[in-house]
Amino acid sequence: MKSNKGRRRSLTLLFLVAMLVAGCATTHDRLLDMDTSQVQLRSVQTRAFDTTDKEKTMRAVIATLQDLDFIIDRADLTLGVLSATKASAMLRVTVTVRPRGDTQLMVRINAQHGLNPVTDPKPYQNFFAALERAMFLEAHQVD
Amino acid sequence: MLHFTVRYTTLLFCVVCLMACMAKNIPEEALALKQESLQQRQIQTRRFETADEARILAACASLLQDIGFSIDETEIKLGVLTASKYRSAQDGKQIAAAVVLMVLLGVPIPIDTSQTMTASVVTRPIGEDRKYYAVRVTFERIVYDDRGLISKRESLTDPRMYQGFFEKLSKALFLEAHEI
Repeated sequence: MKSNKGRRRSLTLLFLVAMLVAGCATTHDRLLDMDTSQVQLRSVQTRAFDTTDKEKTMRAVIATLQDLDFIIDRADLTLGVLSATKASAMLRVTVTVRPRGDTQLMVRINAQHGLNPVTDPKPYQNFFAALERAMFLEAHQVD
Repeated sequence: MLHFTVRYTTLLFCVVCLMACMAKNIPEEALALKQESLQQRQIQTRRFETADEARILAACASLLQDIGFSIDETEIKLGVLTASKYRSAQDGKQIAAAVVLMVLLGVPIPIDTSQTMTASVVTRPIGEDRKYYAVRVTFERIVYDDRGLISKRESLTDPRMYQGFFEKLSKALFLEAHEI
């Protein structure tokens, strides 16, 4: 009787494990990564700078990423897009620079760590703090 | 006794599963400038007295080609050039150690077999009149073992490599490389 109870408990635990594994294993909905609020994430990843010099801004982004041990994989001034990786930390980022109105440029960065998107605000704040120093300009929060 | 073992193993497994699910976030200090950043920048950067950015990048491209790299990406308008090469990573000492360990422990020990080395060159004008250009080069590598798995990812930080690169670049450009 006692061993029956034990067996049932083990089975319950096993079921729990199976549920946990199943919980980890959702994959196809990651195409559009719908699990976080897009608006909230966008505001964490974006800042506006009071300049219209796209080339200078992109060069500052590149210099900042180099200071952070990144290697630039792709860069395109016309599109205002660049991608970089930091192999030692399994980090990959894409930065886009585009105009916001007539007086500002908007810089957006999104990062991937290993297999996961970075949704934590702190690393993005760190990046913009470093970029502010390279640009000698203040980074404004964008709503 | 057996039940205990089963139960604890299952519990441990649960915890590991949960941890794997939660290990999504990167360390908070990621993407933050560190003390060593400035030092690294100095090692990896030289200043050249020329206003011709394209000439510097072309010299870098042929220099990288000389040392066996293939060019992966260029964007001259932003002064970006990225190159890589795929080479053997076999190390006699490591193989010997692996053989000794295999004999002692009876389990196969993975050894490094290949590596991808990447070089990234970025040029940047100094000052508003663009009379000087700073050239920064960064090397890193990813090493694979005999199972095809990544065994090492690292930035190459030995100052001698950078000195060697800039000496060659200086000769190719007929210009002196100044420290920043």
